[in-house]
Amino acid sequence: MRKIFRLGLLATIVGGTLGSGTLQASSQDLELTIMAPAGAGGGWDSASRSMQDAMMASGNAKSVQVVNVPGAGGTVGLAQFVGSADGNPNQLLVAGITLVGASISNQSPVDLTQVTPIARLTGDPLVIVVPKDSPIRSIDDLLATIKKDVATTIWVGGSAGGADHILAALVTKAAGADPSKINYVAYSGGGESLAAMLGGQATAGVSGYGEWEGQIKSGDLRALAISYPEPIEGIEARPLKAQGLDIELVNWRGIFAAPGVEGDDLDKLKSAVEKTVKSAEWKAILKARGWTDYYAPSDEFKAFIGSETERVKTILTSIGLAN
Amino acid sequence: MDIFSFLIDGFALAIQPANLVYAAIGVLIGTSVGVLPGIGPALTVALLLPVTFKLDPGGSIIMFAGIYYGGMYGGSTTAILLNTPGESASVVTALEGNKMARAGRGGPALATAAIGSFVAALIATAGLAILAPFLVKIAVKFGPWDYFGLMLIAFVTVSATFGSSPLRGLTSLAFGLWLGLMGLDQLTGQARLTFGVPELLDGVEVTTLAVGLFAIGEAFFVASRHLFKPEKPIPVKGSIWMTREDWKRSWKPWFRGTVIGFPIGALPAGGAEIPTFLSYTIERKLSRKPEEFGRGAIEGVAGPEAANNASAAGTLVPLLTLGLPTSATAAVMLAGFQQYNIQPGPLLFTQHADLVWGLVASLFIANVMLLVLNLPLVGMWVKLLKIPLPWLYAGILVFASMGTIAANPSVTELLLLTGFGVVGFVMRRYDYPIAPAVVGLILGPLADSALRRSLQMSLGDPMILLQHPSSAIMIGIALVALVAPFVFRGLAKFRQDED
Repeated sequence: MRKIFRLGLLATIVGGTLGSGTLQASSQDLELTIMAPAGAGGGWDSASRSMQDAMMASGNAKSVQVVNVPGAGGTVGLAQFVGSADGNPNQLLVAGITLVGASISNQSPVDLTQVTPIARLTGDPLVIVVPKDSPIRSIDDLLATIKKDVATTIWVGGSAGGADHILAALVTKAAGADPSKINYVAYSGGGESLAAMLGGQATAGVSGYGEWEGQIKSGDLRALAISYPEPIEGIEARPLKAQGLDIELVNWRGIFAAPGVEGDDLDKLKSAVEKTVKSAEWKAILKARGWTDYYAPSDEFKAFIGSETERVKTILTSIGLAN
Repeated sequence: MDIFSFLIDGFALAIQPANLVYAAIGVLIGTSVGVLPGIGPALTVALLLPVTFKLDPGGSIIMFAGIYYGGMYGGSTTAILLNTPGESASVVTALEGNKMARAGRGGPALATAAIGSFVAALIATAGLAILAPFLVKIAVKFGPWDYFGLMLIAFVTVSATFGSSPLRGLTSLAFGLWLGLMGLDQLTGQARLTFGVPELLDGVEVTTLAVGLFAIGEAFFVASRHLFKPEKPIPVKGSIWMTREDWKRSWKPWFRGTVIGFPIGALPAGGAEIPTFLSYTIERKLSRKPEEFGRGAIEGVAGPEAANNASAAGTLVPLLTLGLPTSATAAVMLAGFQQYNIQPGPLLFTQHADLVWGLVASLFIANVMLLVLNLPLVGMWVKLLKIPLPWLYAGILVFASMGTIAANPSVTELLLLTGFGVVGFVMRRYDYPIAPAVVGLILGPLADSALRRSLQMSLGDPMILLQHPSSAIMIGIALVALVAPFVFRGLAKFRQDED
């Protein structure tokens, strides 16, 4: 998968240079660089490039470039951003919940509380599924199965310590079992774990809803619940919250400025992003990409980062991936 | 019959004159970029993908197919002529292919690679059209235990790439396995052997190792010899075409390679490397001239090249039916589909049947185009060897470094490449085979996670490997392959003693 991302990165570098030739005349004179701390093709990269398109098309920035710095769940890019962009008002970073987890489990010296939150942008639901001929028909059945024997309940999902793993741990805990006993088999991405689900090798699986949407709609997988707090139009599976479990976990992405950016510089960035997010261009991108709007302005986002960091740390500690 | 009417529609689309031109352009630029040392087909496709964005979906996919096959062929060309494979799947091709080129038989090596690729891709593409929905049902049943069985077979067959000395081969393999341990452990997320360098958390890139050991190491080695005894460019001896004997020795390996490559390529974690190793081993075992292996046996080029191309068609099975990219090239291809808001997956065959069959038909066309354009060019490629060596190897160094930086712009990556180049030089100097190191880096992590996933699912009971008939059979085959040579040797000795 690593190789795949890096090649994708290359494709978008070339594509990006070909595509970004048109500069918009605008009232704003911002010349920005957005860092996606991941290779091309993934969520952070597409969010960065969508932000690039929307900011330029809606006239909220004069030019926007995207750079990819992949590696180690985003901690390589974050470390570089904190180190080199300090106080620079033209540098932005797009990141999400995976980076919160990766900073903790990789024992990275930097984390997202050190950068300046500008806005939370999108939030996508995770989905919990079982194979189509599984005897488990509802989330309550799954909880009962976990309670009966947590070790023989085999979960599959994305990388260890990522959002999928965290959701599986939360559900295990809600079933009254010890999350440190969870039997979570990590795959490198939604594709490989999908094969394990279709092959009937696992009890339950977790992935981003979009990645398995095709198999859910074709009936090859049965969706039990989504992790989003409210129902989402077009998704049949109901939220865990609506099914009596107090669990919500959203695969959110947000945009940050460098450490030490303040005053007028910060206000300018905040207003440019806010105007972009409210623009028709951004709404159209969300619709085309199937992303769920999860906007929160700077102050709210800052508090959210603090609480997410604490929450993720608690869960990762309970499953033994952090101490 | 539906399949065939769809396929005919697909061909009708693909043979429109404009689309034929796109296919020809695709093959041509694919070959010219793929032929740069250190740049494999996946990188070629990634570099050139943006070119296709400006066309309509049909034309774009057709041009894409051309670039893909062109890049693949270009990659084998440099592996054969210059001993600088740009990706792991043509490492095996370099083993015999380069020996042939050095013996002045570069022309037949290139020709058997081209025709073998053509035959394999033709059969495998037909297999794709007919078997895809059925194969994918079997492929997803392939559990971690089965992958472990397959890895065991692959490990046993690796010894065929060892060259003359098993001890040197094992040392090289151990080096690769050690590199394979580096990085975040996939199952637990713990860092292994990263020495506090965050860039190493993602492990060592196979391409960096292959290009470093082969291309950079080769350049260093040639430079070190040059001072004392300047090597002359290698003259092309005899015909640049395949002789009757070459044909006779090639056609069976082509078919065997196809049969090995396609099903393994269709597995969600199969890849192109394992079938090329397997094919190499089988050809070596079956060849009537096993003594030629290691000195330029044409079977050792024909089989693996066919296996490589067949597995490439195989990777389209999970891509089209599950939306699951199992190789770097397939991932780039997925990006190509998504450019047109088409999501490969279980509904693709029903929702976008025209595009799927258009793609299958364009793969056929691109193949024919490749053969038509490249066979006449074999003579020209062979002339690459006439370039004065200092120029040639300086060029290799530049392109290999560029390819690495393009894939991952990082200083650490460049340092690794240089480091591997030095290691490659030392290994050449002291006559250690290079291929096993690359094999170790590929197979080690795969076998590691397959075994541990199996044990995790069985709560630590190793019997799970034998409880599934499929994995038990594969482990049995590996065991037989391991023990049989010793038993036969023992028997032969025993008989001699009786005499």
